[in-house]
Amino acid sequence: MNVTQTDQQINTRLAHDHLLGLEGYSSEEIELVLSTARRFREVLYRPIRKVPTLRGITVVNLFFEASTRTRISFELAEKRLSADTVNFSTSGSSVLKGETLKDTVQNIEAMKIDMVVVRHRSPGAAHFLTQCVSSTIINAGDGAHEHPTQALLDLLTISDRFGYVEGLNVTIIGDIMHSRVARSNIHGLTTLGANITLCGPPSLLPVEVESLTDRDNVHVTSNLDEALEGCDVAMALRIQLERQGSNRLPSLREYHEQFGIKMSNMNQHKDLVIMHPGPVNRGVELASEVVDHERAVILDQVTNGVAVRMAILFLLSGHADVDQT
Amino acid sequence: MDSKREQNLVIKGGTLLDALSGEQSRADIRIRDGKIAELGSNLPDDGDFVYDASDRLISMGWMDMHVHFREPGHEHKETINTGCKAAAFGGFTAVACMPNTDPPVHTRDVVEFIVKRGRETPVDVYPIACVSRDRAGKSLAEMADLKAGGAVAFSDDGSPVYDGGLMRHALEYASMLERPVINHMEELSLNVGGQMHEGAVSTRLGLAGIPGLAEEVMIARDILIAEFTGGPVHVAHISTARAVELVRNGKARGIPVTAEVCAHHFSLTDSEIERHAFDTHLKMHPPLRPASDVEAMKEGLKDGTIDAICTDHAPHASFEKEVEFIAAPFGILGLETAWGLIGRELIRPRVLSVVNAVAKITVAPRKILHIPLPELTPGNAANLTIFDAETTWIFEERHIHSKSRNTPFVGAEMVGKAHAIYNRGYLVQNLV
Repeated sequence: MNVTQTDQQINTRLAHDHLLGLEGYSSEEIELVLSTARRFREVLYRPIRKVPTLRGITVVNLFFEASTRTRISFELAEKRLSADTVNFSTSGSSVLKGETLKDTVQNIEAMKIDMVVVRHRSPGAAHFLTQCVSSTIINAGDGAHEHPTQALLDLLTISDRFGYVEGLNVTIIGDIMHSRVARSNIHGLTTLGANITLCGPPSLLPVEVESLTDRDNVHVTSNLDEALEGCDVAMALRIQLERQGSNRLPSLREYHEQFGIKMSNMNQHKDLVIMHPGPVNRGVELASEVVDHERAVILDQVTNGVAVRMAILFLLSGHADVDQT
Repeated sequence: MDSKREQNLVIKGGTLLDALSGEQSRADIRIRDGKIAELGSNLPDDGDFVYDASDRLISMGWMDMHVHFREPGHEHKETINTGCKAAAFGGFTAVACMPNTDPPVHTRDVVEFIVKRGRETPVDVYPIACVSRDRAGKSLAEMADLKAGGAVAFSDDGSPVYDGGLMRHALEYASMLERPVINHMEELSLNVGGQMHEGAVSTRLGLAGIPGLAEEVMIARDILIAEFTGGPVHVAHISTARAVELVRNGKARGIPVTAEVCAHHFSLTDSEIERHAFDTHLKMHPPLRPASDVEAMKEGLKDGTIDAICTDHAPHASFEKEVEFIAAPFGILGLETAWGLIGRELIRPRVLSVVNAVAKITVAPRKILHIPLPELTPGNAANLTIFDAETTWIFEERHIHSKSRNTPFVGAEMVGKAHAIYNRGYLVQNLV
């Protein structure tokens, strides 16, 4: 699974011009992002946390959906690389003005930019932008479709924790149906050879859930104990609180009873590592003590998020041919 | 496309296809004052215009019983005039247009407006009027008055007649008027923000799904109400295998239920949305379904469960479709590509014979809507389509005659071509 050091061609270039999703990204490409992220992560621990790698590159962060963590993470990654950044955050203001997404992004591109980081509630929005403008597009979450940088930071966290990904048993727990995090992780994890268990109430599992991958190492269950058996990593997904009103869940209390990871699970599974894409609803997906547990790597995920986004920005910037710092 | 008034002409060398009897015969047709004057072999031209129909078939004019011509209210998408151009290009001499306009077709004056606009074209435009006032699904529209104004059926299409009690009374009333209620079959509570068929593809793409169940539950209800009331119900744009099974069972029990299928529902599957990465020209309602449902459409057409083929021609302006998937309106064009898809998907693979296919767009819709058949017999007004069922061609943007451009079929292979229509004294030739 490791990229051979002899093949420099594969080693320094992504086959893709954009990051729209992890679907279609090869193991070599993913490994390239992870190894690049490890090198950039070192920058975060320097006294002056900045390199000139993307000087002169202008990145627009286009967030049509509320986001704190992902937006800040991208913005920091851009600043660490000395890119010029502009933020466009709205939860519908341009729509209220009657402007289409195409017009919005074409207007911004007319101001001369290089890369667009986009979050939008419509699946396919990032792909749609590639048809509207010539800038490099990075998907920061498109509806329930993909959130590739989240999966990459998860893969980096897992890979660093265990030293490998292939053969690990990873359980993803919760609202699989509405989760772009789950979809991107399923693509990334299966590409790197992990075994996946999906666990959630049937009302939050999408129909034909097994079709989420063409590989056969995906297991589906609605029983948490079964899902945690032999599990190396448990990835709890955030429950959107408004799901309660959709009749897909009776209550958050009952959700925690059935699917929340509790201290008893931690005590029973002595090597189980806990991940969460954040923000955590304490006492819902994870018992509060589990959030703070030494085997919860949630804050490592956040740090890795900056490093992975630096790597992606660099690799897609067109500067990857030039040697980096 | 060349459209001209040609009251007198001779159509020579064609093969007449009788969609009722299935018989084929070589005959020339003489048209005088817009009426069929004479059928025979080697008719002299007598100085009249001669249309050479050698190697071509001629049937009574085709009818699409489900189109949206957007007028009044949404003329930036389509007008009755431009819609009729699309129809003529596609070989259709008649259409029935749905009432979800603005204002909706819920009062007699709007029905009469549509009839009047239609008379300005070579195509017969039959209005379908609303079941309910304001198309709001609360109280019955004045159905008898609407019929008197020219309405051939009743529908709140775009929305279902959701209230079961209203549907009951609509069917009771419709049985008095001998006109069907055409229901957009959708149990709304089973479709929460759905964007495409709920299945493996929607699961992968993360798009909210529209389950086949939403359609099937409503069809089951309406078949039971039709049985109870005796009023004829017509299933608009059927799209799932179970829905076909429900109609098949209903017909077997003698319940007055009929059904239509859109050409795209037997031509494309939901996997196209993945293959073409969220192309909004693949977004319509009902959505594209999986291959098993597409096969069931063909079975249903073959065994007669599905009576008619329609298009659900639903124009939307380019700026409305050039948006992210969830913001795009539902619907695609259909009139220009219907026959080419029938040829490609039904005739060439021998699902239907040419005559059976033609019957689905001539006899069937007119019987459902109680419209007299424009048979090719002397004395009748000439209303006919000249076509073939073999020409293989590629559909291109220049073939679009609608005001809008929202079709997924640009670049697609078509089998069979409509060459001309003659109706209401006009000869419209498709020269591209």
